[in-house]
Amino acid sequence: MADMKGTQLIHEYLRHNKKFPHVFCAGCGHGIVLGSLIRSIHGLGLSKDEVCVVAGIGCSGRLAAYVDFNTVHTTHGRALTFATGIKMAKPNMHVIVVMGDGDSMAIGGNHLIHAARRNIGVTALILNNNIYGMTGGQCSPTTPSGAFTMTSPMGQMEQSFDCVELMTAAKANYVARGSVFHVKKLDKMIMEGISNPGFGVVEIMTPCHTQYGRKNKFKTPVDMFKNIKDTVISIERYNQLSEEEQASRIPSGVFVQKDTPSLEEKFYQMAASCQGGA
Amino acid sequence: MSVKSKGNSTVTIFPDWCKGCGICAAFCPGKVMELNDQGKAVVVKEEECISCGFCELHCPDFAIMVRPKADDEIPAVCRAVLEKAARKTDMPADGSAAEKNSSDMEKG
Ligand SMILES: Cc1ncc(C[n+]2csc(CCOP(=O)(O)OP(=O)(O)O)c2C)c(N)n1
Ligand code: SF4
Ligand code: SF4
Ligand code: SF4
Repeated sequence: MADMKGTQLIHEYLRHNKKFPHVFCAGCGHGIVLGSLIRSIHGLGLSKDEVCVVAGIGCSGRLAAYVDFNTVHTTHGRALTFATGIKMAKPNMHVIVVMGDGDSMAIGGNHLIHAARRNIGVTALILNNNIYGMTGGQCSPTTPSGAFTMTSPMGQMEQSFDCVELMTAAKANYVARGSVFHVKKLDKMIMEGISNPGFGVVEIMTPCHTQYGRKNKFKTPVDMFKNIKDTVISIERYNQLSEEEQASRIPSGVFVQKDTPSLEEKFYQMAASCQGGA
Repeated sequence: MSVKSKGNSTVTIFPDWCKGCGICAAFCPGKVMELNDQGKAVVVKEEECISCGFCELHCPDFAIMVRPKADDEIPAVCRAVLEKAARKTDMPADGSAAEKNSSDMEKG
């Protein structure tokens, strides 16, 4: 497998007994994230057995079904609790959690902030498409103010969460934001997130044309990708803009990178010292 | 990545997997692909391909492969995957996956 790349590499990691093409709509970014995840794991030289992908419920949750690692499809909002158990029992396993914005920040919001606070050594990929995709397009905690959704036909009136600020405040060790348009940078962030100790979060801006785009004047999936290309910009560029210009942009890059010891590390140290009678 | 000059690559699109999202056609610097009247991507100007890799990295359905011209065989793993794919094809390519998801795969 060593010298494989591109589509050939991805095909190598897919579960060949699953139905393809996958279930995601035409132009859904979730497929691109799946590719990026595969390249990142391959790039780190991990074997399939060393990796466990834990997914929640939502279109994003389907990702785990297609890829030939240890995988668990869990309940809505609880992927991180399952992942915490797996990591505590198998601290050498690379546990990667895949969640939607609704899965991670609405029903699973409490688990997300506490996973960050505990600094459990898992890597969370938050596929932020600004909407509940699977259940028909209700607004989610990241739906921008003013955006149209099935449950905000006159425009969303609530404020939205900024995943990066939330995770920074909750003290995650690694916090980054990328997009499915800027894929090579995304590969790098996922690799860094996996290699970094403690809780890592990579928020990934990804389009859902079916539920979000159509209601918000993006006529085609391509329009959604053009929008991501133009709005998601590097933190460095973002910081040079005026406040007014910043309002319509989303900064991307690595926001936090620390090596505070992880929960499982501390736990195994404590267990060893108890057994050693120290 | 292979040599970034024109005309050294073969671009293959697996029609059973392509859902016609149009990303490859819209962003390819050489305008190598177009959508045909069935809404599938087809290669129209292979000689303009500069092997930038954009289409392979961004096709959400892993339906494009760019290879050096010298490799005339499709790799065995891809052939196997594609043959399996040819045996089914009731996937809606029009963005109705969400409805399909909530109706027969999972009661949200
Ligand atoms: C306990 C529970 N509550 C509600 C649901 C219904 N439900 C399924 S998916 C989903 C939302 C998914 O949205 P998101 O997490 O943003 O993922 P996406 O589909 O956009 O990828 C909801 C509310 C459920 N399956 N279980
Ligand atoms: S409904 Fe949205 S998130 Fe779900 S598969 Fe379709 S495009 Fe992707
Ligand atoms: S990006 Fe992939 S799925 Fe979309 S039109 Fe091109 S080949 Fe088809
Ligand atoms: S590799 Fe680049 S130039 Fe070649 S077909 Fe793909 S996007 Fe176009």
